[in-house]
This record gives sequence, C-alpha cells and structure tokens, in this order.
Amino acid sequence: MKEFDLNKRREFLKASALLAGGAMLSSIPLAGAYAAGKGTIKIALVGCGGRGTGAAFQALQTKHDVKLVAMADAFRDRLDDSYKPLFEKFGKSKVDVPEGKKFVGFDAYKKAIAEADVVLLATPPGFRPIHFEEAVKQNKHVFMEKPVATDSPGIRSVLATAEEAKKKKLNVVVGLQRRYQKNYREAMKRIEDGALGDITSGQVYWNSGGVWVRPRKPEQTEMEYQMRNWYYFNWLCGDHITEQHIHNIDVANWIKNDYPVSAQGTGSRFLRTGKEYGEIYDNHTVEFIYKDGTVLQSQCRHFEGTDNRVDESFQGTKGRVYLSADNIARLTDYKGNVIYDHAGKGDPNPYQTEHDELFAAIAAGQFKFSDAERGAKSTMTSLLGRYATYSGHEVKWDDALNSNISLMPETFAWDAKPKVLPDANGLYPIAIPGKTKVI
Amino acid sequence: MNLSKAPFHILLAGLACFTLFPNTAQSQQNSKENYTQGVTGTKLKFDMVAIPGGEFMMGSPANEQGRETDEGPQHPVKIDPFWIGKYEVTWDVFEPFVYKDYELTQSNGTVSPEVDAVARPTKPYLDMTFGMGKENHPAVGMTQYNAIQFCKWLYARTGVFYRLPTEAEWEYASKAGTNTAYSFGNNAAALGEHAWYKANSGDETHEVGSKKPNAWGLYDMHGNVAEWTMDQYIPDYYKKFKGKAAANPVAVPDKLYPHVVRGGSFQDEAAALRSANREGSDPDWKRIDPQIPKSNWWFPEAPFVGLRLVRPVNPPSEAEIEAYYNQAPTPDY
Repeated sequence: MKEFDLNKRREFLKASALLAGGAMLSSIPLAGAYAAGKGTIKIALVGCGGRGTGAAFQALQTKHDVKLVAMADAFRDRLDDSYKPLFEKFGKSKVDVPEGKKFVGFDAYKKAIAEADVVLLATPPGFRPIHFEEAVKQNKHVFMEKPVATDSPGIRSVLATAEEAKKKKLNVVVGLQRRYQKNYREAMKRIEDGALGDITSGQVYWNSGGVWVRPRKPEQTEMEYQMRNWYYFNWLCGDHITEQHIHNIDVANWIKNDYPVSAQGTGSRFLRTGKEYGEIYDNHTVEFIYKDGTVLQSQCRHFEGTDNRVDESFQGTKGRVYLSADNIARLTDYKGNVIYDHAGKGDPNPYQTEHDELFAAIAAGQFKFSDAERGAKSTMTSLLGRYATYSGHEVKWDDALNSNISLMPETFAWDAKPKVLPDANGLYPIAIPGKTKVI
Repeated sequence: MNLSKAPFHILLAGLACFTLFPNTAQSQQNSKENYTQGVTGTKLKFDMVAIPGGEFMMGSPANEQGRETDEGPQHPVKIDPFWIGKYEVTWDVFEPFVYKDYELTQSNGTVSPEVDAVARPTKPYLDMTFGMGKENHPAVGMTQYNAIQFCKWLYARTGVFYRLPTEAEWEYASKAGTNTAYSFGNNAAALGEHAWYKANSGDETHEVGSKKPNAWGLYDMHGNVAEWTMDQYIPDYYKKFKGKAAANPVAVPDKLYPHVVRGGSFQDEAAALRSANREGSDPDWKRIDPQIPKSNWWFPEAPFVGLRLVRPVNPPSEAEIEAYYNQAPTPDY
C-alpha cells in the first residue's frame, strides 16, 4: 500500500512538474501581446525602487532585443533615481524613456503598461493585484515580484487574473528566485525522484536583523509617510512573514508539492516597538499543517544581535535535505551517507535566470511560464501564518482564503486616509492575539 | 561650551574629545605598549598590539613557491610605528555599529549625538553571517566603505583614530620580522597549526585567536578571513619603487574596484595565505545583490572578507581624519 501511495505521489509530482517546468506548455504558440520575430521586445517598469531597477537591469541584460520604453512610480524622485543608472548603464538604444513616458502617481501604472509588451511589476506588494490585473487586461507578459498580495481579497484577485493570463497564453514569472536557482532545482529533481522518500517534517527560517526606516518628514501626509515606509504597514507589505519569509515558506510548499490546510502559531512585537516600525510584528513562529498530516515549522524574526539564519531543512522517510540560498543543497540518509552535495561555485545568478528564461520564451513566441497561481498560493500561505499569529487561533486555509477583510485604502490619493492610522502619540494599533479579528 | 552638544568636528579638535571620553585617554598611550580599547559606554573591548617602526622587504622573492607577478619586484619599505588589532574584528564589536537599536541595548546610557550622527549600514537583507556564527567570529561581508565607516563609528565612540591598515603595514605586520612565505617559515605543511584555510576550515569562519599567533602576537593574519587594506589594487604597483626605498607607501584609491584584501581566507588554498600574496576586490562579490544601485555596505557573495584595525602612533590632522572618514560612497551598478 505504501509503495502504491509513493508511486501515485510521484506521478502527481511529474504531472505538476511538467506544468510548472513548461514542457507541456512550450508547444503552445504565443497569442499575447508580443509575437516571435516581431523585433524589439518593449518593457515597462512599474515600481522604480531598488528591486524594480534591479529587475530592469536583468531584463535588459538578457541576450534578446529588449528595450525599456516606459517607467511608472508613485514618486518622481524614485523614478529619477531609477532612470539615472539605467540610462548610464545601457544608453539610449536600450533605455528609451523620454519625459512623456515617465509616469508618476497612483494611476501611472496604467499608462506605462500600455506602452509595453512585457511589464515588470515591482511596487510594494499591496498594489500587485491591481497592477497584475491591468497588465493581463492589456495582454502583456509579466514579471512580478513576490509577494503578490497582502490580504485575502488580493490573493483571490491574483488567482482570477492568473487564470485569465493562462487563457491568453501570457507568460508570467514571479520573483521567487529560489525556483530559478540551480541548487534548489537540482535538489528538488532528486527529491521528486524519491531520493528522500516522503517528506514528513521540515523547518524553514528567515531570522535576521530587519530592514530600513525612513524618518517621517513634517510635510508628508499620512499616505505618503506609509508609502515611504511601506515595509511597516500591512496593506503595503503584509508583515515580514510575507515580504521576506515567503521565500522559505514557498520552498516548503514546493517540496510538499502542496499547500497547507491550516496553521497555528505565535508571534509578537517584542524588541522593535517604536512608532517608526508601524504595525508589524518582529517575530512569528508558525506550524503549517498539510493534508497528509505533515507539520512544517516556520520561524522568522527581526531581532538585532541574535543569531541569524535564512535556510530550509526537510526530513523524509529515507533521508534529509539542507538548502540555502548560498548555493547549498545537501541530501543525506540517516546513516550520514551523502546522497547529493551540490557544488554551487559559479552557479548562475537566479535573479538573472528568471529573466533569461522569461525573455527567451517570449522571444521564441512560446508560452512557458504561469507562476502566478503558485505565487498567489505561497503568498496565501504566508498570510495564513500571519492570521494565525495575529489571532492566536488555528486558521483553516479555506476560511482564510475566503476572508473578505481588505486592508487596502478605499481611495488612492496623497490626501486619502489609509485604514490604519497613528494615535496621538504616533503609535499604530497592533494586532493582539485573542482579540484581533483577522478573517 | 557644552561638549555634549558640540558638533562632531569640533570635538575632534585638540583634547576636547579626550575629556569627553575619559576611559580611553590613549593620547597618553606608550607607543611600545599593547593595550585594550574599551568601546566607551559599553562593555565591548578589543586588543591592540604595538608594532615598532622599521624597514622590511615588501613583496616576495622570485623563487617563492606560489608567487604571483604582482608581488614583485621585492623592495625595501620603511614603516612608522603603529598599533594593529590582535585579532580580526568580530561581530561582537561590529554589530552594534550595524544596528542602532542593538547598540542601545549594549550601552550603559544613551548614545551620544556624535555617535548617532555616524552613517550606519543599511540593514543587510540577507544573513550576513552566512550561517557561520557570530560570537568571537570575524565580521564578514562588509564593503571597504563599510569597514571605514565602522572606523568612524569607533572614533565617535572612543575619540581614538582607527583606520584600515595600508597594504604595506599589513604585510609588515604579517611577516613579523621574517622574510619567509608565512610568518612561521616556508613550509605550507605547518599551516594547519597557524591558520584556518581550505584544508581545515570546513568551509566556515572560526573563532578568532584559536590558532597560533605570529612572532608579534597577531592571530589569524594567515587565513580565517581575508582583511581589507586601504589601498587600490594595482598589479604592477611595486615597479615604481624599483631601486629606491619606499616610506609608508599607500596606493590611495580613486576607483571603487579593486581594493586590496590580504591574508587569504577559510576558503583559500595555502598559497593565497602567504604574507606577500595580494588580492583585489571584485564587483562579482555583489553580483547577486537584487537591488540597483547595489549596496554600498555589503558584499552578499563575500563571506571570506573581514577587517583588522590599525591605529597610527602619530595620528593625522583633524582635516585628514575628516577627509578619510567622510568620502562619499561611489554608486555601484
């Protein structure tokens, strides 16, 4: 019986691997905005921060005829800071963004998307569902950064748009770069082939010291302040369990080839309590429970001065694996014998590989990538974790996904009010387990 | 005059800073004595070793095993006395500079405005210990700019001028009066007693000071982590000294790449750990940085680079100190 189950599982894995890897999709001719041999592939950058600019660099560094033709950001200074290095590095032949194609403000994305064949979506993640929907509506291929939403309505929107993108044969790559990193791919190949047996437990970590703060300026409206400090507000960032730890949570989903049915956990705001840190927690510990009973433990924290750790370990019926972004993948059995030890020196840069593979498919007129669904479901997994730690309750996947609590503001304007506002002392309301309603 | 509110640059003038930092009045320091530097207002401290001035042959003889052409011609170099870190700088001392909130938890009182005014690194997005541990382990992955700003933070904290060693000072300190490939001789087979390197490191850093020191009492000059120097890496730099003695030479950098790192690391083969071996920093150390411009502060692919502090016996003028600490970073993309 056991053997039968294993085989069945592997068949399922193979089928899904084909879908994810593209062998089944690659023969489908492309019907989207860009057709093979059409000449220059025009790209638009929506979200001109450091990561967006990095993504544009990678797109322009692919070996295809790619040109940046439009840029959009809520802030003019961010757009200018992005344009300068792009133009200096690539010149007019690859960065042709005249003043009239630099779009600023909350609606800028629509105009930039209209100019391009492929759009790079790299704003804070709260905007992703809106921008992704518009890009697919306008028949564009998409590279979008993770996470892809910050609340359940956003996830459902991305899932619906993902279906639409598939129907339209639009390539969508999500920037969960471990999926494009050689050590992870090599390990997963072997695990799918049964090298570790069934995965029965695991631990995933993003324990680090936290990120930047941009001090409040007197002339800023509350909306501008929150946008500048997007990391500390859930409608924009999703908390660090979503914004950073999604990487490791996604690896858990990848190795289980599934998504959890429920989660329970604990978290708090313990060391990082100042008003400059908005409303997010500084630590979360979550148990994700999968339908076969597997419990995967996730831990993330922003504690300065403590041990850092960003990696993943999993245990199977036949052995274990250790994975980390430093090009490590080590599979061993329980006698200590090495099954596979990845030699990672000189591996390609996974951030570049994402773009190399996406643009190769587009240039060849192939439909190969539909990452949006799994991007949305892994984002949903991280939200499930946040719901569990914020509420102190066990949260079921289906209940969480169907939640109608939206974190997004009613209107987007500099003088509009976000839903979470500071009190007289400048402090923001913080989720209290046992009291706060999250779904 | 209220010293606590005085601007940073005024405090640096004259003796004012030493009255502000009474625990660290190293202006009286005997240049021949080793000392322990407390980080004012915290329990943190580190050891400095007095190195006498002198003359040595910089570079390696043509017959040295593993020698590369950038190590010649060997030439005499005169060095003024200085103190150098007994150990590589550890995370214990480096991390309070990285994290302001953490520094507060390490401090006996509030952090002075002068200290607070020092620019701090952007918080690293990744785990910059690379899973290799923190306590007593060398701090790694910082850029040369970051290393210099750390010196500035120490200056604000202690009133003592610390900087990176020049390439010449580093090699003089490493050779410790010898002219052999390693400070203990030419036989790489003995390296395991003195250094963490590829053959014995298990591909990670180790606690500083856990191998034998050189004759001048300096630990881990060979291996553990490669160490930043002040100099631009110029492969044929030594040619200009042919036939004349150089005095305190330094190739003052005017480009972001490459800068010299010395000593080899836990990842390197024996030959790279030789005292005369020279390596240059490489943009590839930031290849994987997903942001543009890339970080001024961190090398996400250089777990092998760290630093060691130098304090010159004769400190430079206030203006020179300011110039050294206050160079704007070069955008990297």
